[in-house]
Amino acid sequence: MSAASFLGIAGLVSLKGYDGLIYSVGWLVGWPIIMFLVAEPLRNLGKYTFADVLAYRLSQKPIRIAASIGALTTVAFYLIAQMVGAGNLVKLMFRLPFEGAVIAVGAVMIAYVLFGGMLATTWVQIIKAGLPHILMRFYTVPDAKEARKSVFYATGFIGYFYILTFIIGFGSMVLVGQDLITKIDKGGNMAAPLLAEATGGTMFLGFIAAVAFATILAVVAGLTLAGASTLSHDLYVNVVRSGHSSEAEEVRVAKIATLLLGILAIVLGIAFKGQNVAFMVGLAFAVAASANFPALLMSIMWKGFTTSGAVASIIIGTVLAVGLIVISPTVWIDVLKNPTAIFPLKNPAIISMTAAFIVGIVFSLAARDSRAASMYEEEKLRTYLGVGAE
Amino acid sequence: MVSGGPGRVLDSAEFKELVSKRWTMSLALTLAIFIGYFGFILVLAFDKTLLARKIGEHITIGIPIGIGVIVLAWVLTGIYVWWANGYYDRTVEQRSTMRPGAASRDSRIGLRSPAIT
Repeated sequence: MSAASFLGIAGLVSLKGYDGLIYSVGWLVGWPIIMFLVAEPLRNLGKYTFADVLAYRLSQKPIRIAASIGALTTVAFYLIAQMVGAGNLVKLMFRLPFEGAVIAVGAVMIAYVLFGGMLATTWVQIIKAGLPHILMRFYTVPDAKEARKSVFYATGFIGYFYILTFIIGFGSMVLVGQDLITKIDKGGNMAAPLLAEATGGTMFLGFIAAVAFATILAVVAGLTLAGASTLSHDLYVNVVRSGHSSEAEEVRVAKIATLLLGILAIVLGIAFKGQNVAFMVGLAFAVAASANFPALLMSIMWKGFTTSGAVASIIIGTVLAVGLIVISPTVWIDVLKNPTAIFPLKNPAIISMTAAFIVGIVFSLAARDSRAASMYEEEKLRTYLGVGAE
Repeated sequence: MVSGGPGRVLDSAEFKELVSKRWTMSLALTLAIFIGYFGFILVLAFDKTLLARKIGEHITIGIPIGIGVIVLAWVLTGIYVWWANGYYDRTVEQRSTMRPGAASRDSRIGLRSPAIT
């Protein structure tokens, strides 16, 4: 859970009451399901990125291209959410207009990543596991027993924070009032900082805003690094240059990618002004759930899963999720100012994720892959016993 | 690379039993979360008044139930951790055929092949 989604959920509760609270419950119940179904097999495999897991028994190149496209799309949506959160914080603190605040945040982020962050490549590799913040911890602990225990503690802490959003959300509804919250930001994202101001004065507001901003900046920089390294390492070096590229060239490409991602984040961050951050993170989750999850789960659970099935599942999942978001009320009405939306649901996951599963199954059944199936048997030794992954 | 097909470990009844127990446990816990969470969502969708009933002066019953679903998810994680750290690991350690050392001696599996390590 990022600082931005904490602000977003507290805001949703303050504006929508119990409806906002469903976000807290829904997001937390996702953690144990990851733990039960995919975390342990992945840890035993010793593969930490989505593409690495799939490429283990499927064909490298098509998998890496497809996975990069899915990952970049997810990163972009998550980045927009963080930009909206950070933009609102800066706006509240310095009384800047929202657009100026987003540009300032984007400029700081680009400078931070270009001049400082490029060295932290190990960190990037970890972040590239996608969104799961707990799983990072899960993978850095050497012993499986300790790793499981730390997931248990972490789930407890995160659950506690989600329960806190109940109190902060309802508290700001009463003590700050919905009129002031929506006047500062239509998305309600500033409910928690405003509650801090109402209860602890300007000093407390400053403290909370500073902590939240620092956390958001770290997440934003991490996401930009992850996106830039996906572009430069997975797409440019491995695909465009077929693995033949100097380190200097890769760094140059990564720097250009950082700049492009930063500008994209600023433009889209401004376009999504007034949206709730938790809702935006929900869209990023919808893209990840459609692009990555079906392929990941099927590659672990199903022997007959093939390269073409995985590629089709990732591409269709990504394209459908993004396409449906574009024609949903959020973009079609709020951003593009059309009177009515073509697609009625605000979150596309229920359609796009189901489609990604179906497409993956159909393509896998249409053309069998005996190599991938035989590799599955060998993979099982690692998946269940951790053999060979040490 | 693996010429002799699946190796001794994969064919053993013990390994198959372990794999099936693992998935039974994982899917049972996933099902428990699904029932708890989707039960909550379905009540919200179809009978809001049930959750809007007041307990005490200000709080509705929906709030402790919402917290309850979060706590349920945490408790189920605890059950999984307890099971995996106890039963699962003990089984892997006890059955000699599944020990990493025993497995790597089985040349047919080819675990020493550089392609994997």
